[in-house]
Parts: sequence; structure tokens; C-alpha cells
Amino acid sequence: MTSPLTITGLSKRYGGVAVVDGVDLAIAPGQCHGLLGPNGAGKTTTLRLALGLIEADAGEIRLLGHKMPEGGRAARARVGVVPQVDSLDPDFTVRENLFAYGRYFGLDRAEVEARVPGLLDFAGLAGKADARVPSLSGGMKRRLTLARALINDPDLVVLDEPTTGLDPQARHLVWQGLRRLTARGKTLLLTTHFMDEAERLCDRISIIDKGRIIVEGSPRELIRSHIEPQVVEVYGEALADWRVCAQDLCKRCETAGETLFCYTDNPDPVIAELDKQPELRYLHRPANLEDVFLKLTGRDLRD
Amino acid sequence: MNWFPVWHRNYLVWKKLALPSILGNLADPLLYMLGLGYGLGQFLGDIKGVPYLNFLAAGTLAYSVMNAATFETLYSSFSRMHVQKTWDAILNTPLSLTDVLVGEWLWAASKSLLSGLAILAVIWGLGLYTDFALTLWLLPVILLTGLCFAGLGLMVNSVAPNYDFFMYYFTLVITPMVLLSGVFYPPDALPAWLAGFAAVLPLTHAIELARPLALGSAPPLPLLHGAVLLAYGLGGFAIGLVLTRRRLLR
Repeated sequence: MTSPLTITGLSKRYGGVAVVDGVDLAIAPGQCHGLLGPNGAGKTTTLRLALGLIEADAGEIRLLGHKMPEGGRAARARVGVVPQVDSLDPDFTVRENLFAYGRYFGLDRAEVEARVPGLLDFAGLAGKADARVPSLSGGMKRRLTLARALINDPDLVVLDEPTTGLDPQARHLVWQGLRRLTARGKTLLLTTHFMDEAERLCDRISIIDKGRIIVEGSPRELIRSHIEPQVVEVYGEALADWRVCAQDLCKRCETAGETLFCYTDNPDPVIAELDKQPELRYLHRPANLEDVFLKLTGRDLRD
Repeated sequence: MNWFPVWHRNYLVWKKLALPSILGNLADPLLYMLGLGYGLGQFLGDIKGVPYLNFLAAGTLAYSVMNAATFETLYSSFSRMHVQKTWDAILNTPLSLTDVLVGEWLWAASKSLLSGLAILAVIWGLGLYTDFALTLWLLPVILLTGLCFAGLGLMVNSVAPNYDFFMYYFTLVITPMVLLSGVFYPPDALPAWLAGFAAVLPLTHAIELARPLALGSAPPLPLLHGAVLLAYGLGGFAIGLVLTRRRLLR
């Protein structure tokens, strides 16, 4: 199978600023590919370019075999999109939203009629078919948006921050849905800034910053090759005095606000030392994708 | 026909609120027409050889079509574009921005056609016309007037930052047009410099077509007036399309 989406040398500038600056990306069929990056890194712009909604300044995009943006109409017929901002039709019921969206794809009524019950089941909205959109919770709206994106039985589903603003219960439901999609052989392209989400869902991850992809790999590979395996986070008033000591005990230390992050291969000496300091609190955990992300993109605020 | 699902979506939403919508669209122009026609008409006597109410009927028709097309493309289209993000959702499907805007344009024209038909029904019902066969020619006039003001409305919509912005269009464009284009009195009553200004306004041309048809004569220069309405509509639509593309797809 060929790649559903390949991007080479993609660039897009706004008023002299390169928002996307030479992005190369190839997505493997049947996988969930995560595009991670801080705010303003170029994630959404990359997706809009890939969908053929805006024109690139340089580079090439092939989406499901079509050159973009020229082949946009044909390519988008085989793609489902879950946008970042809620765009459900508030005047329609749940069912009517699905029907209206199906018509934009030129699907005939019978076809949509046959798909709707399955989609409502998938989204956990079977009992809500005739509910109007404003009466749905945030989690239900997201699930309906996901169901709407599947109305054309797409080969590729593009999700722009699908769980932003959801509570943990609702996030888990969305994740469950996304896993079922990959199990059915769909390819997913997902942007998020929740690292735990990316670690749970994605087979492959590209971290993008300042318009460039800085690393790519599976979550495990990225953690293994970019960061020490163990982390001890230390908090407390006496932190300033203890910081010098920590630098001798672990490979790498970082301070963020009132917290010291000690990265190390062997946490035992750090913990032994910390146990002697009752005024300091600490948390010992394995390194995760968030540590990789912060190491590579920095701890500065991006907005 | 790619625009049809967009038109259809708007139609289905409208259908849910059709009755209040029709009544709302009808009430305002009817009150003006009947209030001024019967009330002010008492003092005026005949204008151009007909009672004031009959004179007012064609102006009211054009004005209500203009209002319906304008309100739809300003407030309702803006809601769909900016507030509900309906257009963004559609752009993620195979449809293009041109499909969306053509659908919106034709939808607003359809809605204003309905407004015009409602006034026309009143004109027929009250017998405010001279030759019934000629009044049938009002149908294409209504359609053209609707397309004209829907196109202009989409242009205004494309640059609107918020709902408040539309007040400028109403106070600077629509209201002067209502007062100068011959809705309430014959435009030759204006001083020459003002009449010259009124002559370029699209509503003037709609009324130049509608009034003779209602009062029983064929309008002079029908092709000219029709072409002006079409030019305003197409021009407004084309500029609106370019500016909306710049706004949404950049």
C-alpha cells in the first residue's frame, strides 16, 4: 500500500514569517501518526495545506494519490476531518447533522441512512439521535464531530486536537473510538499537545517546532534515544540549597519554576539523598514523551 | 450543481422556523405600505394618476426584496461563516468556497423571492395593479433584485469583523437608497444633483422596472435596468468571493 499522505519540502510564509519551513512527512497506511508541537509550531497550517485548503509557497503534497491543492476535491472525498473548533450545525439534531454532512460528499440518502445507525453506535450517541446539538455535552459534541468525519467512510482521518477541552472520561471515550478506527485499518493523522494522548495512541510521532520537524519516530524510540530513562521531580522551599547537590547525583538537571527535574539512568543515589531531606518532596517516575518534548522544544511559553 | 447541498442545508434550517420567518419578513413592508398608503395617501391625492397606495406598492415590493436579501447575506451568512463555522466544516468536504458562496447567494435570492411573492400576493389581493398579465413580469424582476442585493450583501459580509459593522451598511447604503430610489415618491421630485446620485443606485433600477409593471405599462429600457441589477449582483458576488477567500483560506 502506498502512503496516504506524503509531504516534501513544504513551506508557507505569512508576512515574511515562515510558519511552515521545509516540512517532510510520510504517513504509513493503517497507522496513527501524531504531529506534536507547541502553540504556533505550524501544526494546523500543515494540516490545512495537506487538505488543499490553502496554497503552499513551496513543496509538494500528495494526498491519497492526488497532487494538492489541484486534486483537493477528489482527495477530500476520501478524507474525514475533525476540526479543532466545534462546527456542528446548532439548528440540526444529531441525525440531521450527519445527513447534511453526507450531502456535502454527494452521498445519496439511502447510503447515509444505512451508515447513520452504525456511526451513532460508534459515537455512543444512539439514544441521542433526535437531540439538538446545543443540548449535548462537550464530549458528546466531539464524538458527534468524529462520527460526522466518518460519514464518507474515509481512508484517512485528520484530527486537529480532538480532545482539547474534554474531561478525562470523555477523552478516554474518544481514544477508544480512535483505536477502533485504526483496528479497522483507517489511517489517522492527529495533532495534539497532550503527550500522554500521543504516547497512548500514536504508532509514530513527528515533533514540529518553528515550522520544522525536529524528530520523528515511535514514542518508545523517541524516549529511548532522546532522554534518560528515569526522572525524579523535586519540590519544596529548600530546593535552592539542594540544587548544587543534585547536579553531582544525576546526569542532567532542569529547573522549571519551583520544580527541579533530575534526569538519570540510576535514580537510587538521588532518592537516598532526598530521603535525608524531609523538607523536600519528590516524585520518581519513568521518563515519558513529555520529557522528550520539553527537552527538544524548551520550557518557554509559546503564545 | 455542487452548490445545491449548501442551499439545501439553509433551506432545511429555514423550514424549521418558516412561519415566523415569513410573517417577520412580511410585517415590516406591509405596515409601511398600508400605513403610509392609506394614512398619508389621504392627504396626497393621486400620484402619477393613481392612488398613493397603488403607487407605493411596487416600491414596497422592491424594498422588501432588497431587505430580505440583505438581512440574509449579512446577519445569517455571517453567523454561518463566522460564528457557527458552518462554512469551515463544509470546506473540509469535497465542496469548494465557490460552491459555498454560490449556494449562499442563491439561497438568499430564493428567500427574497419568497418575500417578494408575499408582497405580490397582497398586491393581487388588494387589487393594487392595473393589468394582471403585466404583473407576472414582476417575478423575474423580484429574482434579479434578490440576486443583486444578495451579491452586494455577500461582499459586505466578507469584510465584516462583527455584527455591529452591518449598521454602517444599513445607515450609509440601505437607508439612503430607500429614501432616494423612489420607494415613497417619484424620483423626478428630487433636485437634479440628488437625482443623478439616485440614478446609479441599484434599488432605483429595480423600481424603474417594478412600478410600470404594477401600474399597467411596459417599463422603458427594461434591458438597461435589468443589466444594472445583474451587474451589481455579479460584481458584488465576485468581490465577495475574492475577499472571503482571502479571509478564510489563507
